[in-house]
Amino acid sequence: MLWTKKDLLGLEYLTPEEIELILETAESFKEVSTREIKKVPALRGKTAVNLFYEPSTRTRVSFEVAAKRLSADVINIATETSSVRKGETLIDTGKNIQALKADIIIMRHNCSGAANMLARALDISVVNAGDGWHEHPTQALLDIFTLKEKLGKIRGLNVAIVGDIAHSRVARSNIWGLTKLGANVTVCAPEMLLPVEIEKTGVKTSSNMDEVLKNADAVNVLRMQFERDEDAAFPEQLDYYKRFGITEERLSRAKNDIIVMHPGPINRGIEMSSEVADGKNSVILEQVTNGIAVRMAVLFLVAQAREAKI
Amino acid sequence: MSILIKGGRLIDPANKIDAVLDILIDDNKISKIAKDIKTQADTIIEAVGKIVGPGIIDMHVHLRQPGREDKETIVTATAAAAKGGVTTVLAMPNTSPAMDCAENIALLKEMISRDAKINVLVCGSITKGRLGKELSQAAMLKKNGAYALSDDGCSVDDDELMFEAFKKAKQAGILTICHCEDKKISGKGVINLGYNSTRLGLRGISNESEYKRVARDIELAEKAGAAVHIAHVSCRQSVEIIAKAKKKGIKLTCETAPHYFSLTEDALLGYDANMKMNPPLRSFEDLTAIKQGLKDGTIDAIASDHAPHTENEKDIEFERAEFGVVGLETELAVSITELIDTKLLDWSKLFEKLAFNPARILGVDKGSLSQGMVADIVVISGEKDWVVRKNELISKSKNSAFIGCSLRGVVDYTICNGKIVYKK
Repeated sequence: MLWTKKDLLGLEYLTPEEIELILETAESFKEVSTREIKKVPALRGKTAVNLFYEPSTRTRVSFEVAAKRLSADVINIATETSSVRKGETLIDTGKNIQALKADIIIMRHNCSGAANMLARALDISVVNAGDGWHEHPTQALLDIFTLKEKLGKIRGLNVAIVGDIAHSRVARSNIWGLTKLGANVTVCAPEMLLPVEIEKTGVKTSSNMDEVLKNADAVNVLRMQFERDEDAAFPEQLDYYKRFGITEERLSRAKNDIIVMHPGPINRGIEMSSEVADGKNSVILEQVTNGIAVRMAVLFLVAQAREAKI
Repeated sequence: MSILIKGGRLIDPANKIDAVLDILIDDNKISKIAKDIKTQADTIIEAVGKIVGPGIIDMHVHLRQPGREDKETIVTATAAAAKGGVTTVLAMPNTSPAMDCAENIALLKEMISRDAKINVLVCGSITKGRLGKELSQAAMLKKNGAYALSDDGCSVDDDELMFEAFKKAKQAGILTICHCEDKKISGKGVINLGYNSTRLGLRGISNESEYKRVARDIELAEKAGAAVHIAHVSCRQSVEIIAKAKKKGIKLTCETAPHYFSLTEDALLGYDANMKMNPPLRSFEDLTAIKQGLKDGTIDAIASDHAPHTENEKDIEFERAEFGVVGLETELAVSITELIDTKLLDWSKLFEKLAFNPARILGVDKGSLSQGMVADIVVISGEKDWVVRKNELISKSKNSAFIGCSLRGVVDYTICNGKIVYKK
């Protein structure tokens, strides 16, 4: 199986085989980060540009580390200090970066579809580091990678995703990735935070956390941002924690070895208790470590696809 | 100046004609319609194998002048119209300034008489500045040449004010055209609410935001006894509500736009802002209902909702891009492709929707090919295909939803007021 896509825009657009290929490639890259000299020459002479329209530390740093461990040169553009502030359009910014002969743009943007648009306008690779409510493919890939590492497989697993599904790109990418690989996915949220017709993606929906946890092999807990969306109704914070918060007490009724994941940053006491975040079921820091391997794999594959084309 | 159109298949729903006949135009009028006219003429158009029909009357067009001449002007819009077989447009009042007083209409009419290639009728605004707060003077607008009133792009939210508007329009004897949208429901939505809005992570616009307002406007118009026309019907429930009201004998008419019977929300899956319009492209079920409504007569007219926007306003992040698409150059061909080719309508019915009914709704003596009428005529190669190319669009803005599409039906000639205003 050969990777042929110049971009990674979302998991909806990938075949199960392509997802597996990224995971396999990540597996082989994971070892690099355990070496004394944490570097391979795979992308030597390549330039990756981090173009972040939304504040993000963890994803940006993870991509930067991944690119550097592949020996790529990394440029960080924070839009607050660039000509974007002067009203430059996204496509103009992208074309300028392309004219600098960069090879890969890694973009975070607050508008859904921004990465799709940029990828269409450019010849160089675009890796989506999160666009609006749409997709955050590398986050889902690292979640799936971690799950597979822990439980040995994805097919047949019962995975719960809990939180603000409606406004979550992490949820959407996880849904596509997990269902494509054969997991049984249930999204769990107050009704008002479930997007319309989400069942058509192949997931079950529920608003009963305890019911969902009973059979879950893993639960992916989304970050709740109660202040974020001014035009949607939001549940009351305390009531949310009572009904959906992942606590020790609630986990005591779940499978003993249930995997607890979180894309970070965690709001302790809002969607998850501190005890759970730091507890035996949590794989949250392992997710962060795996994120590097997964992003190395993605950068490597898209760069290689470009090379094959040229 | 005389023009003789020879040997074409003449379609004139007003006179129930569908036959091979010649038309003779003298000065600006149709002087004779008969088989094999032998008279000499200054210009002879050989139309054997072609369709000859009344020029299209598009009752929903944004000329953008005055105010947004960077998007479109009367010169470019009417040239685009002529190319599309359109001989009359109703210019929507969402200009800057809005068409809410005699002075502004006079200003626009002056520009029209200077620049327009085809007939341009003016639509006044229901409220001052289209702000939905204070009524414009319906009688005054009518006296100064407005053919209808609309707050185009906006709905008057206040029920009482809208009722008052209908009463005033009734007194003035002028038609009210309603953009039916409850913005409290549609909110910041950018595409149809459904599986696709969920997949794309975009805010949705429900059918409800449209049909609830359709129901309200019909109810208020009925209570006031006023004539009402519903603009750009896009969803199943609106069609049902209108059909029911018509059955009850309420006097109302409505239009849909070509994109609502040719495209669905699936066109949005690539975040193409040229597919972004308001109301949004709906589901296949809605498209089917629109087609059925055209067939059974619930939907009276087809209008383009021609809405030019510059590339700077379209080639940006999807949710920030403007709503609307250009349509003057493609509406006839899309209609032929989707309605004639599929045998949903015959040519007579199609010209009813594109010319005869709009004329009737607006109360103008156009839309048919009777002897003695001003000659607004289109000659079409009804079975010829063409591909919509961005660089071939003559509208100032290129935001067409049909770029790259193969369409059927090529306009060979457009004749307006007895003059050839477009020739392929």
